[in-house]
Amino acid sequence: MDVLLTIGSAAGDGLALGITEGGSWLLRNVWLIPLLPALSFIGILFFGKKMPRGGSELGIAAVGIAFVLALLTGIAWIDHRDNFHGGEVHVAVVQVDDHGVAHGDDHGAGHEPGHPSLAVHRTATWFQTNGVEFTVGTLVDGLAVMMLLVVTLVSLLVHVYSTDYVHGDRRYTHFFAFLSLFSASMLLLVVSENTLQLLCAWELVGVCSFALIGHWWEEKPNSDAALKAFLTNRVGDMGLLVGVTVLFFAAGSALPDRFGSFSIAETNALANSGALSHTTLVVAASCLMAAVMSKSGQFFLHTWLPDAMAGPTPVSALIHAATMVVAGVFMIARMYGVFFEGFQIGGSSINLMAFIGGLTTIVGALLAFVQRDIKKVLAYSTISQLGYMVLALGVGAWTAAVFHLFTHAFFKACLFLGSGSVSHAVHSFDMKSDMGGLRKDMPHTYRTFMIGTVALAGLPPLAGFWSKDEILVGTGGWGLMGGTGGNGAYTLMLGMGMLTAALTAAYMTRCVYLTFFGEFRGHGEPHESGPRITGPLWILAGLAIVAGFFNMPKGFQLAPGSLQERFGHFVEPVAGYFPAISHATPSWSLAIVSTLVVIGGIAASGWYYFIKVEAASKAVGTSLTELPDGPTTKYPLARMGHTLLSNKYYLDHFYNGVVADGTKGPLARMANRINQDVIDRTVDVVGETAVKAGTVVYEKIDQLVVDGAVNASGRGSSSAGEELRKINSGKVQSYAAILFAAATVLAGILIVLV
Amino acid sequence: MLLNQFLILSAVLFSIGVYGVLARRNGVLVLMSIELILNAVNINLVAFGAFRASVSGEVFALFVIAVAAAEVGVGLAMVLLLYRNRRSIDLTLIDQLRG
Repeated sequence: MDVLLTIGSAAGDGLALGITEGGSWLLRNVWLIPLLPALSFIGILFFGKKMPRGGSELGIAAVGIAFVLALLTGIAWIDHRDNFHGGEVHVAVVQVDDHGVAHGDDHGAGHEPGHPSLAVHRTATWFQTNGVEFTVGTLVDGLAVMMLLVVTLVSLLVHVYSTDYVHGDRRYTHFFAFLSLFSASMLLLVVSENTLQLLCAWELVGVCSFALIGHWWEEKPNSDAALKAFLTNRVGDMGLLVGVTVLFFAAGSALPDRFGSFSIAETNALANSGALSHTTLVVAASCLMAAVMSKSGQFFLHTWLPDAMAGPTPVSALIHAATMVVAGVFMIARMYGVFFEGFQIGGSSINLMAFIGGLTTIVGALLAFVQRDIKKVLAYSTISQLGYMVLALGVGAWTAAVFHLFTHAFFKACLFLGSGSVSHAVHSFDMKSDMGGLRKDMPHTYRTFMIGTVALAGLPPLAGFWSKDEILVGTGGWGLMGGTGGNGAYTLMLGMGMLTAALTAAYMTRCVYLTFFGEFRGHGEPHESGPRITGPLWILAGLAIVAGFFNMPKGFQLAPGSLQERFGHFVEPVAGYFPAISHATPSWSLAIVSTLVVIGGIAASGWYYFIKVEAASKAVGTSLTELPDGPTTKYPLARMGHTLLSNKYYLDHFYNGVVADGTKGPLARMANRINQDVIDRTVDVVGETAVKAGTVVYEKIDQLVVDGAVNASGRGSSSAGEELRKINSGKVQSYAAILFAAATVLAGILIVLV
Repeated sequence: MLLNQFLILSAVLFSIGVYGVLARRNGVLVLMSIELILNAVNINLVAFGAFRASVSGEVFALFVIAVAAAEVGVGLAMVLLLYRNRRSIDLTLIDQLRG
């Protein structure tokens, strides 16, 4: 009796993957979107310097067309999501009967009439080896389409912004070439059909990140930061490599006649169906989690992300806030079947992913309080918000996490580009010594930055509020006050999320005060940036306002029913490759409480800066950035906390001093000793023995035996020749005598024998 | 039919020819001795052909005679050249091809 496979229809049709090979032309040809920036990368690299605008026009054109294509693809997907009724792909799986005997499901792969929301799948053979076929292709569903839109839009805006921001830079052309390559890699990553392709794209974005952080590599800190980012990511990439390999073989064992499978849809569907063992999934999910921790800056591998701010600000906005760092979050969302089963998210109250996310979100938010550098505030804020997304995925609030990714991309890119605009004006990133009072000089930057701040803090009705609220609802920890139906009771995560909401509001208030309020503390005359900078800012600010409306909660009385949960409807898959998650019921009381918490955070921080510091500044006559007798000077506990935060929890000390030096010092000495005493000794002994053996062989065998034999045979043939040459007399008659004698002898033999 | 007599005649002729080839020093005589050997063979062929009532023997003999004529022509030409160059046709003096 078959005990597995409840997803496929009754008669054992195989496992329904929730994907289709059909679909409209746009959905089957999304590979064009990554191809455009890839071509522009090559074009800029070879011809950029000769172009009138240094190649930037090529990059903007490619990303612009890619954005239009992504928009069209989005429209095509909206139609496809509800109206497609083509065939669905099924695969045969190994079923395990009651006696533990595995046997192939002989119904094989086939196409069945499907249901709506099938992802559009298209593959081509990449290479074949040993009978195993590796494919490359696209898997287009709501998640991929959403990511395509976000990446192309933010990339396009950053391209436009950069034409002004890095204007006159000595590596202007290379900058745009790498922006193009990055866009291509990221777009390739989001449409990846299999984990191998995803891995390649993952490494490619890492390389672009490295190149762009180190864009101004002449200064040592920049190249150090690039190296740090690259090496920290390597740590996690090992996890990704191992995880992908484990899943490849695990899927192979569950599919008859297949050696392995990198296919994301197959892997997820197998995980969901229970065909993969739980142990395998735990191992794979933990390994993949390591990759997420490094790429998406989760505690304790987050330390590279603040340092990555050494790169140009547009790069920080595009790569280290809006797109690349969410690759980890995207990967969890993509492989959610594996994570959902591996970490047993449903019906639990804590798991590794949710805990890491929760910890990161608080850790990052606290660190943002002690930064002088405006970009570092935003970097720690990004870490904190990424933690929020991972937390959401960890508690099973998939749509909320992806929605937060969506809204965060806009307001965080807006904030980063705003900080770039500010630094463009004051030629510094230091809020305490070079900023202050900029709201009068830079009205556009100020307004867009404020919009981004409010959206990030999560005040209604801006974008951050809706996504953050959904995450808090999704924790399911609000059961006491009416919000129910989540995947588990993650009360701890709810508390962490709430705390972070307050902290986020507070540190952004501080950041805004230090940058835009008070009196100007820098030098020179700051002035507003040009339209190529403020234009993208306003577009992103507009999106930061409206992005939240795409997914207003179900049952929200103020929005018409047709506008509720549109994002979730179109993005969240209802398919075999996606686990059956439950959705929490939204709660008014939770929304009100979280808003009050945010207001509380703003109020506390605002009271300190806008009232106390402002008053102290007036009293002293200069623009202060903190109270001369603030809590850190008055209370030892607060001072200790401040020191701890200023040193970034001593993580960098730990990594450099303990991990790196600990590895370098004793390990190096031990390696040296092993090298000298064991390996070199062995080599020496082997060498000496070989010399001795060689001498013996030479004297005894070579000289006596071999040479003796050769000489003897030479002498033998020489003397034989000496005798034989006498026969060769040259006299015809003696030859004839020999001939007849031989003939006689042969005749004699013939007669005797016959 | 008396095959024996022909075979004995042939063997005698052959032996005389071998003796001539091995013992005579005159090149012309050696050639003539070769002719004797060949004709001994011819006698054998014709005798066996008649014995077996087959014309093959006679045909082979005719071929041998034709080839022998050519061989003698070449051989005599060589002897003539030898004589012109060395003023002698003594075969024991001609040993330039020894190793």
